[in-house]
Amino acid sequence: MPHNLAGQPVISAHDLSKHYGEFRAVDGISFEVPAGESFGLLGPNGAGKSTTMRMVGGVSQRTSGHLAILGLDPEQHGPEVRAHLGVVPQQDNLDEELRVRDNLIVYGRYFGLPLSYLKPKADELLEFAQLTDKASARVDSLSGGMKRRLTIARSLINEPKILLLDEPTTGLDPQARHILWDRLFRLKESGVTLILTTHYMDEAEQLCDRLVVVDKGRIMAEGSPARLIKEHSTREVLELRFGSERNTTVAPELGGIGERLEVLPDRILIYAHDGEAALEEVASRGLRPVTSLVRRSSLEDVFLRLTGRSLVE
Amino acid sequence: MSTHRPSEDRPGEESAGPTTASPSPGAPVLRVHAPAVSAARARKFGSWYYAEHVLRSMNSYRWTLLASSVGTPVMYLFAMGVGLATLVDQQAGEAFGGVGYLAFIAPALLASATIMTAATEFTYPVMDGFKWRRVYYGPHASPLGTHQIVNGHITAVALRLLLTTAIYFAIVAAFGASPSPWGWAAIPVAVLCGLSFGLPLLAYAASVEEDKGQFALVMRFIVMPLFLFSGTFFPLETLPVFLRWIGWISPLWHGTELGRTLTYGYEQPLGLVLVHVLYLSVLAFIGWRLAQRTYARRLGK
Repeated sequence: MPHNLAGQPVISAHDLSKHYGEFRAVDGISFEVPAGESFGLLGPNGAGKSTTMRMVGGVSQRTSGHLAILGLDPEQHGPEVRAHLGVVPQQDNLDEELRVRDNLIVYGRYFGLPLSYLKPKADELLEFAQLTDKASARVDSLSGGMKRRLTIARSLINEPKILLLDEPTTGLDPQARHILWDRLFRLKESGVTLILTTHYMDEAEQLCDRLVVVDKGRIMAEGSPARLIKEHSTREVLELRFGSERNTTVAPELGGIGERLEVLPDRILIYAHDGEAALEEVASRGLRPVTSLVRRSSLEDVFLRLTGRSLVE
Repeated sequence: MSTHRPSEDRPGEESAGPTTASPSPGAPVLRVHAPAVSAARARKFGSWYYAEHVLRSMNSYRWTLLASSVGTPVMYLFAMGVGLATLVDQQAGEAFGGVGYLAFIAPALLASATIMTAATEFTYPVMDGFKWRRVYYGPHASPLGTHQIVNGHITAVALRLLLTTAIYFAIVAAFGASPSPWGWAAIPVAVLCGLSFGLPLLAYAASVEEDKGQFALVMRFIVMPLFLFSGTFFPLETLPVFLRWIGWISPLWHGTELGRTLTYGYEQPLGLVLVHVLYLSVLAFIGWRLAQRTYARRLGK
């Protein structure tokens, strides 16, 4: 049974693995999440993020390793662990035969919550999710962003202290994403521990206090977004486009500019402390890119550095 | 179970502060119970919670359900029991054990109605749960266990069968086709019959990864032959011996024979009655356990 764990991590995973036959979806990852932290798993599709989330959520059995949620093993104490969680799965699984508000109430019943609590709580959550005027609408009439917000509202019906979000904004348009981020940020401020997976670096930078970069079932790096960028990339990046044919032929002529060079199919990245200075150096060598852009390093660059691949392919 | 103060189960409470919105004057304070309470209730009543969900979904098309529950029996009883019966009763009174044709087929229609309903409720909605709209994955992430999702689904369908059969029986009785005072007991027997066919089907449906028309085949090549060759419209003994096995393995035949004993006192050895009950119960039990295993395996991947 749960006991007082003040100061202890709410989630601790050690050497966690999940194999499907020969395939190692999750291959020995370890991390700890203290209460109130917003923790992210950043990686491309198929990196093992969702599998990890499903194990943390107590719905998928691990092959090996140790996992404890609030000190409880989710395989031994499934209902107890899941009672603490709010879960936003990668794919919405709302009941489209029920009205919007009834989706919240029905879900709350799974926690044994009485209707006297659920009815006002559902209204409160609909307001939080900006869906009040859709309360009695059919779920299939909602837009993708609205369904996502309803799924998040549903995950909050039991007032969880831990919220698992699997790719919360994938497939949404920019405006819908910003609304969602705002809602998640408020939850974070109210002290909810957020665990989220994403393959969007801007999402990770916006929401995560700390994150792990995951690739092929393994953790490549860990730290705050700022620290990861500092450790694995330069301050600025110069992006040059010479046209897809010329990128590779020009690359040798750029030697020595900046600290590091990355040739991608559509552009060349020069990692430098001072991007403008690097650009002047390029021009002084008589090279004329079609477009050039100086920007700050991002998690995308960290990922590229660590894995040699882009996040979104 | 030891008693806990709610706050002890909620680590980070002190640092995080209360999650309930601070009460504005006059507004009631919403208090959620502790996760440990949720877990304990889910362990105890989880199957009912899921059944409640399924019933609420069914409620959204309740008029269709009611209309078909009333319309189907009325249609069948008029066509077969009144229209056809006039002819049959003139020709072959004794072939049906001395009762009118209407009384003879009423228990069979009752049992086949539950099989048809079970065949619908335990196929497409299962695909919906696992694949199309992934309805099962919501409760799966909640404190409910996979076995409770199965039990809840079955409970809700059983209640639907009970309601449909009760309506059906009332109409049968109104047609005067259930002369025995024990006729009402054909209702639970018909529900058991529906489950004995439906639960093995549920276990199968849960294992179907992709719908390539399997369910349509089940309807056409299993449900329909059972409907026609289970002693439904004529006694099984009138079939040639090489076809009678269809009746013997058919839950519908066992259910119908039981129903006949209850609605008009059709006489059969007590041993055979027990065989009917046992056969139906064993099929339902095996289907139920297989379904639980299949659900657990598939949802827990």
